[in-house]
Amino acid sequence: MLSIKNLHASVGDKPILKGLTLDIAPGEVHAIMGPNGAGKSTLSHVLSGKSGYTVTEGSVTYNGKDLLDMDPEIRAREGVFLAFQYPVEIPGVSNIYLLKAALNAMRKHKGLPEVDAMDFLTLVKDKVKLLQMDEKFLYRAVNEGFSGGEKKRNEILQAAVLEPNLCILDETDSGLDIDALRIVSEGVNSLRAANRSFLMITHYQRLLDYIKPDVVHVLADGRIVKSGGPELALELEEKGYSWVEGQV
Amino acid sequence: MSNSAQEIENLISQEYKQGFVTELEVDTFPPGLDEDVIRRLSKVKNEPEFMLEYRLKAFRHWQTMPSPDWAQLNIEPIDYQAISYYSAPKSKKDGPKSLDEVDPELLDTYKKLGIPLDEQERLAGIAVDAVFDSVSVATTFKGKLKDAGVIFCPMSEALNEYPELVKQYLGSVVPVGDNFFAALNSAVFTDGSFVYIPKGVRCPMELSTYFRINAANTGQFERTLIIADEGSHVSYLEGCTAPMRDENQLHAAVVELVALDNATIKYSTVQNWYPGDKDGVGGIYNFVTKRAECRGHNSKVSWTQVETGSAITWKYPSCVLLGDNSIGEFYSVALTNNLQQADTGTKMIHIGKNTRSTIVSKGISAGRAQNTYRGLVKVAKSAENARNHTQCDSLLVGDKCGAHTFPYVEVKQPSAQIEHEATTSKISEDQLFFCQQRGLSAEDAVSMIVNGFCKEVFKELPMEFAVEAQALLGISLEGSVG
Repeated sequence: MLSIKNLHASVGDKPILKGLTLDIAPGEVHAIMGPNGAGKSTLSHVLSGKSGYTVTEGSVTYNGKDLLDMDPEIRAREGVFLAFQYPVEIPGVSNIYLLKAALNAMRKHKGLPEVDAMDFLTLVKDKVKLLQMDEKFLYRAVNEGFSGGEKKRNEILQAAVLEPNLCILDETDSGLDIDALRIVSEGVNSLRAANRSFLMITHYQRLLDYIKPDVVHVLADGRIVKSGGPELALELEEKGYSWVEGQV
Repeated sequence: MSNSAQEIENLISQEYKQGFVTELEVDTFPPGLDEDVIRRLSKVKNEPEFMLEYRLKAFRHWQTMPSPDWAQLNIEPIDYQAISYYSAPKSKKDGPKSLDEVDPELLDTYKKLGIPLDEQERLAGIAVDAVFDSVSVATTFKGKLKDAGVIFCPMSEALNEYPELVKQYLGSVVPVGDNFFAALNSAVFTDGSFVYIPKGVRCPMELSTYFRINAANTGQFERTLIIADEGSHVSYLEGCTAPMRDENQLHAAVVELVALDNATIKYSTVQNWYPGDKDGVGGIYNFVTKRAECRGHNSKVSWTQVETGSAITWKYPSCVLLGDNSIGEFYSVALTNNLQQADTGTKMIHIGKNTRSTIVSKGISAGRAQNTYRGLVKVAKSAENARNHTQCDSLLVGDKCGAHTFPYVEVKQPSAQIEHEATTSKISEDQLFFCQQRGLSAEDAVSMIVNGFCKEVFKELPMEFAVEAQALLGISLEGSVG
């Protein structure tokens, strides 16, 4: 469903991704690990269409379409979801309002009518329960005054409501204590489905204790330098990133 | 420039949807202003003698006054002799007795603006006075209001039918020589709404006046006077639009509110005058004096304004808190786009004991617009335990606009408590990208963020108008991202 071939991307004149190739099949969970500055966040931004990056070479095909050719909101409506590393605050706009606007944007794209208000409420309340959140969250302004853990949980709530095909988790584990990490991970696990793939970007192996990946990749200096099963993450944890960097 | 900055840029070029012109036969005075013009005006309107004297006094005073230049505004000099001071649809000569007699062309104009004057079609619970250029063309629900004792009629009618009431209150809040534009208005005002709510009456419906400038080269000088007698309550809304024209047109209104003991007046404005094109050509100069006097004990006046139109806005809806325990409120959203300029805010003058005031101002600046909040909180020696809370937030869209805040505070009473909070923020690219990543177009995202920013003010508007105001903000930002 996602096929990245020889992707090169830079910020200004500085090349960050230098020939990244990666294939994700439907239902698979891929983890990307790597040291600071390897290009992990750049990858998530390029895939979701954030401005400020120039793709100089290579291609990204998503469900048979050229992903790089789409505007960010079209990618989102086509089912690409990014759980942000630093979710933004939107004062005065309630969570439930954002969720409804987003869901309706997706539905419109698919040629469906706007969601019925009662159906929507039922749906959202189910998802809130699933993520062990308080319903009051829905009526608070998006991420305003939320703790780090609450913000990350809120990202997963949005994914749960929008039901994407490709879910990119950008350091979703950063800034979480152990309890929050467990709850967020359970939320992610509950979203796993045969037609939904995940790309998890993380520094640490500990997230993978909670969310079992099918494939682990090591990203260093803008390229995937090693891929393997979950055991690769453990090996990395033990030997450090210098181990793979030495192999480049 | 990065993509989203570019997108914000594009979203800012909006289209004005009320910019059509109505073709009508009109009676228009030739341009120019002198005492003869004022005499003629007073005669055409068949006014009582005191009104002519009032106008002449104002005119003579106005001639001695310089045009104000202290505001943070760049105003091309106005040639007051090039303006026509009276324009009215011909069919209106004797005044229609009922809606059936109103020119269908006019009814159609208001229909196009979303204001059907046909009472059956009108949302239940709102009475409308429609002012077209210099005259009121229709007032709905007059009968029903009369049953409740409420007077709601065009000012020109009030001058003939209730001259004593008008004489008693007109100019009692904004004297003829108050300021340059108020003096001009006092000399040449043509129409507007008059409201009187008798003792103890809660007005059974929302009252609203819809102002439309249609004719070219005319000014609109309307005068509104609302009197809430003891223990009464009224909610009033005004809306404004104008056709798109290349030359600037002057709108210099005066609004006076009087609240007696235990009375409450809620005054809401949705101002959408033609703002000029994206290069700043044309648009309305909106130079308005609005002031309320909380004359009685426990009286309350609440101003809520949503200002999205006009090339230049210069207005400071104010409250003079005379009565003990009286309350003044000011909630404002001012949005400027392209080359629009706004210098707006409020004055809260505390004179009575235990008087309280609240100011919430939200300024949004986009394009190359300049948006200024200017406010005065004054506490006189007599105003023991006066309290004020001011909150002033500015939001910038793009990087070529400006936001300015000038809060003035004068306190002569040591027991007063004054609080002031101010913030300035920008719609960040991260916010915009976040919303796009959730499937919203950049345009919808900006509109959503701006509406969120204005929420505290919108919740003060009557419900139907809150919806209208939200939609208006969306339209006013349309094209600023794309």
